[in-house]
Amino acid sequence: MSSVRVLVGTIKGAFILTADGKREKWTVEGPFFAGWEIYHMKGSPVDPNRLYTSQSSGWFGQIIQRSDDGGKTWHQPGTPAGEPMTTPEGFPKGESNKFVYDTSPETGKPLTTHQWYDGTQHPWEFKRVWHVEPSLKDPNAIYAGVEDAALFMSTDGAKTWKELPGLRGHGTGSQWAPGAGGLGVHTIVLDPTNPNRIFIAISAAGCFRSDDAGKTWKPINRGLKSKYMPDEKAEVGFCVHRIAQPRQRPNTLYMQLHWNIMRTDDAGESWRNVSGNLPTDFGFPIDVHAHEPETIYVVPIKSDSEHYVHEGKLRVYRSRTGGGEWEPLTKGLPQENCYVNILRDAMAVDTLDKCGIYFGTTGGQVYVSADSGDTWKAIVHDLPRVLSVEVQTLE
Amino acid sequence: MIRVVLPFHLRTLARLDDGEVLLDVKGPVTQRTVLDALESRFPMLRGTIRDHVTLKRRPLLRFFACEQDLSHEPPDDPLPEAVAKGEAPFMVVGAIAGG
Repeated sequence: MSSVRVLVGTIKGAFILTADGKREKWTVEGPFFAGWEIYHMKGSPVDPNRLYTSQSSGWFGQIIQRSDDGGKTWHQPGTPAGEPMTTPEGFPKGESNKFVYDTSPETGKPLTTHQWYDGTQHPWEFKRVWHVEPSLKDPNAIYAGVEDAALFMSTDGAKTWKELPGLRGHGTGSQWAPGAGGLGVHTIVLDPTNPNRIFIAISAAGCFRSDDAGKTWKPINRGLKSKYMPDEKAEVGFCVHRIAQPRQRPNTLYMQLHWNIMRTDDAGESWRNVSGNLPTDFGFPIDVHAHEPETIYVVPIKSDSEHYVHEGKLRVYRSRTGGGEWEPLTKGLPQENCYVNILRDAMAVDTLDKCGIYFGTTGGQVYVSADSGDTWKAIVHDLPRVLSVEVQTLE
Repeated sequence: MIRVVLPFHLRTLARLDDGEVLLDVKGPVTQRTVLDALESRFPMLRGTIRDHVTLKRRPLLRFFACEQDLSHEPPDDPLPEAVAKGEAPFMVVGAIAGG
């Protein structure tokens, strides 16, 4: 029988929630890496027991953890438990937390500064990994979106990392500016039909597409608007909060922009506004039904100044028309005195026949809907602030 | 042996109990040689105390020994004699930031 494994990253550790395909009775395990910020966890689509975790701390920096048994045991790649911690030559093996920007004369030389909040130029400084995205084909290959914005890749199971410098080297890097949460690559979408095509999104630079497996990148922001940016033809400078791709239509992407829900059907060449009748235009997560490419989910937030749900009611909005027309989903969700937020990486869908939708809140709740959003139930109520939610559908 | 005290999260990361770390440091006992020895024995701590490339102390960590703040001392200066003799620990401490 099918089952699901929900990977929850919180500000104070990681949790793993499991249930069978009915998604009614849940087992909660954790906290793993207690006390650390877990920005993201994700499993390999090729080997579901291979999990990767971004563990970080303002004090101690970035750690990458890996599990090869579905989360039962963890280790930092390169220093597995029980093995010698140095190479035969005596050098330390702890390289998995080493994210160093490319400064080579060939590819990294010009990548020196980005725009700071006050408009001045600021050096690139690595802070943390926001998002890990395992390859669709190779369990040892994985991408990492980091702050300050750059894309890294490992091909040895996260033991060592190398920047894909073409993204920062696109030529607009000096114009990228941090959003309120920092300047991070927060979304990585790997095209299931084209191994050379990758989409990424940066807050606050915009969306980029690579058609050569990450060597070169093109900004794909035409049609996006920012209220305070006078140049409507600007290539970059957009606070994209999240993008999501329906598996069946790889040229379609949905976006929660800082303000407005946007849609493209030509792989980002042009975007159009599909906010329609949503009660507010601000929010963070967006996701797509696993089997219905026109069914999408968002959680409108009152405003960019308040960062909590509208009218004290936690409402997921669903569109079955690819945007434009939206319906509130409220059954099982608090409809009074609720002032949580749902962060950009904290919504996910499973691939069971009756598609399940999951999201975590800044109040520590993780909700599930086993009927595509019609009804909701809290799996857990009192976790720390939820930073990310991913789900694996297991056979 | 050189005694080193680590904060909770780094002890967890290195799979250590509550006790001090004892290190055999060759040559002069300085911040650099002590941290080199620590990272050599516990490579999972690389990057968590000092930057991987510049080897500068991470901003929210401080170094103390013998009731002295050594955070801003040159990394190649000798540590206090009591540390070198193993009579006092070299302490890596998480600075308190924010509220």
